[in-house]
Amino acid sequence: MNDSIIKTLGVAFTICLICSFVVSSTAVSLRDMQNENKANDKRMKILQAAGIFDSNKDIKEQFETLEPKYIDFNSGKLLTGSLLDEFLAQHKGDYDQIAATRNSNYSKSLSTAEDIAIIKNRENVGKFYLLRNEDNSINKVILPVRGYGLWGTLFGYISIENDFNTVAGLEFYEHKETPGLGAEVDNPKWKSLWPGKQLYKNNEVALEVIKGKVPEGDMNLAYKVDGLSGATITSRGVTNMIKYWFSDSGYANLFSELDYES
Amino acid sequence: MSLSRYKEALYKPLIDENPITLQILGICSALAVTNNLTVTLVMCVALTSVCSFSNLFISLIRNHIPSSIRIIVQMTIIASLVIVVDELLKAYDYETSKKLSVFVGLIITNCIVMGRAEAFAMKEKPLLSFFDGLGNGLGYSVILIGVAAIRELFGAGTLMGYELLPLVSNGGWYMANNLLLLPPSSFIIIGLFIWAIRSYKPAQVEEDDFALSKHSTNEDLTKRELNV
Repeated sequence: MNDSIIKTLGVAFTICLICSFVVSSTAVSLRDMQNENKANDKRMKILQAAGIFDSNKDIKEQFETLEPKYIDFNSGKLLTGSLLDEFLAQHKGDYDQIAATRNSNYSKSLSTAEDIAIIKNRENVGKFYLLRNEDNSINKVILPVRGYGLWGTLFGYISIENDFNTVAGLEFYEHKETPGLGAEVDNPKWKSLWPGKQLYKNNEVALEVIKGKVPEGDMNLAYKVDGLSGATITSRGVTNMIKYWFSDSGYANLFSELDYES
Repeated sequence: MSLSRYKEALYKPLIDENPITLQILGICSALAVTNNLTVTLVMCVALTSVCSFSNLFISLIRNHIPSSIRIIVQMTIIASLVIVVDELLKAYDYETSKKLSVFVGLIITNCIVMGRAEAFAMKEKPLLSFFDGLGNGLGYSVILIGVAAIRELFGAGTLMGYELLPLVSNGGWYMANNLLLLPPSSFIIIGLFIWAIRSYKPAQVEEDDFALSKHSTNEDLTKRELNV
């Protein structure tokens, strides 16, 4: 009898067992390729933020042209010399700063007052990239940023020109915002509003995403980006993200150091 | 089993019993993923493979599925297949899988897959069910590809990313119709397809659920009132 309890339970159990076996073995066997794809996607976003992505060339090869650098967020200074060697040896040259936020040895829990971008844990060391000119001077610096939007954290990279004030590009590689509303942070039209905007005004972070459209002839045109309609909270999240990462607890101190170097 | 039944299972859903234009199923994804032909093709392959293999597996065990839990058993098989397809896409075509985002996962709730499993695979032999699933997947694909081709060509001037109608914004002559890039335009296009197919095959026109009564004029009404 097909409808007896034993048979019903038996069929249900067998189907679940077979299906879960099939699903998990596919997931496990494809994981390496998927991770590689994800890593390449992130590299592509970094290159796009820097404005040098060429879809005809191999992503990995292009990525090699960027110079990785490390910042110690506790001091706001560049990680150099023996400290850097020690750090690289510790992580075997394969540092994932997002993974580091989950380990209390490598990160610091932020207090509510500090944590304006709601990132909860801030890694001790951040990895960013330099794009150099042919004469070895700095062309752009590409910095990882993240902040909480509506449904989750937005992860992205922002690139800054060598005056350390002008935005050159912004790209998000991971977010959970609503398609059509908050997810418009990926809209090329909106992203194209960013290049040329200024970060600092009188040494304060002034750049923000406003509500609505920036009126033409606005005095502070260079410090304002059009809001995303229907996505006020996402827009505010992006503003807070900029405020946090370019404050003294973020990259502000780094810039004076890089300025000196170049 | 004669060969003609297989042929029928494969060809009938293309036009005669098309799941989208006759049964009006699977409209959700037809609206969402048709603004770019490349993405649409991947979606069609995904749905067709899920539909045919879910039919095959469900039909294989159809005599052992207790009727009290049959829908859940079907859903489990369909959902597993969809996850496998989604994982494969993420591994082999990451770009497209990002564009399709949730819509691959939503194949689980696609009425075509579920409908064929319940209406066909539960009764018929495995191989025949497989062909039925394949046929219905292809029927879905035919319409989607048609819609996507129109939307991409006239909405963006390209087909599969190759520029065919040079846009004014790129120095060409074609002014793109932005409405076609928005989901509602597929409603209009699918509606036109249904109109065309039903004009060609009047047998598909549905009978009215009820007959309309004759128009009544004011005069009629006054007469009726007087009679009362």
